[in-house]
Amino acid sequence: MTRDGEPVNGYVRLLDEGGEFTAEVPTSATGQFRFFAAPGTWTLRALVPGATVDRVVAATRGSVAEVAIAV
Amino acid sequence: MSRSDVLVSAEWVQENLDAPKVVVVEVDEDTAAYDKNHIRNAVRIDWKKDLQDPVRRDFVDQAGFEALLSAKGIANDDTVVLYGGNNNWFASYAFWYFKLYGHSDVRLLDGGRKKWELDSRELVKGEDVPERAATEYRAQPQDASIRAFRDDVIAAIGSKNLVDVRSPDEFSGRLLAPAHLPQEQSQRPGHVPSARNIPWSKNANDDGTFKSDEDLKALYESENVDLSKDTIAYCRIGERSALTWFVLHQLLGQTNVKNYDGSWTEYGSLVGVPIELGAN
Repeated sequence: MTRDGEPVNGYVRLLDEGGEFTAEVPTSATGQFRFFAAPGTWTLRALVPGATVDRVVAATRGSVAEVAIAV
Repeated sequence: MSRSDVLVSAEWVQENLDAPKVVVVEVDEDTAAYDKNHIRNAVRIDWKKDLQDPVRRDFVDQAGFEALLSAKGIANDDTVVLYGGNNNWFASYAFWYFKLYGHSDVRLLDGGRKKWELDSRELVKGEDVPERAATEYRAQPQDASIRAFRDDVIAAIGSKNLVDVRSPDEFSGRLLAPAHLPQEQSQRPGHVPSARNIPWSKNANDDGTFKSDEDLKALYESENVDLSKDTIAYCRIGERSALTWFVLHQLLGQTNVKNYDGSWTEYGSLVGVPIELGAN
């Protein structure tokens, strides 16, 4: 997760296909986050001071879905 | 009792950081979070080390709670403001725990650590720990009206409100614990028969603050929880359900609400009790 190209600290929520909360993690010092999610379509909601950004991601079994979020 | 008696905003905390009779206390799921940074003048209570009996599964007793708060420099007439990470899960647990031992003025920072951080408010380094003189704290005997035990839960099946605040996957039996935590503890998955699944997260906004009283009342009514009846809330170990207890008992003013801290790690390991699988 970045802001103006620099890592930013905040929180990322994982929402299921119905938009319901599933999990939430704070980002690391380098702005990174990770969820272990079942196959399907998920929404990542980034929360940082002054901004909220959603990204839809498809999770598939056995592969890592990398998502870069600029806020 | 009103919402402002038990819930304070980040602005209020900011304005009262140096108030002599206000003690800000961090209680985090990640017990090391305080060591990274924390709100200035906040003291730490470790929900594992400080609040649990070191040998058997139970809380520290009345004398143990008195010793803990005395050592932390908390007096009986102090206003205690609790906050923590993960949307105040363990801060809510500590709130319920303080009420269990009869502390009169305890409040939650609405939104907890997340709201404080999203507001870009000051956090001090972990080693910046306040010095507080020890007190002679006196606790009350545990308030049995707000704590449920396993037999209370079994007796409540089909007669009282049982609110299971875990995620739908835990409720239905697909998971034994939240996805980010170790999958251990209970022997069986599922939920208590007749329980309604109302995940804790439905009580809160994205920034961790609680929804309005009107929205919260509508939530429970829409899920067919008859608020005129007695209610027991449970989760995995009683921390998320403490948040729901806070909503029902403290914000919505329901008097007969208990938190079952044994929760699924106990119930799901009992021999012979009824269990249901699947969604509501």
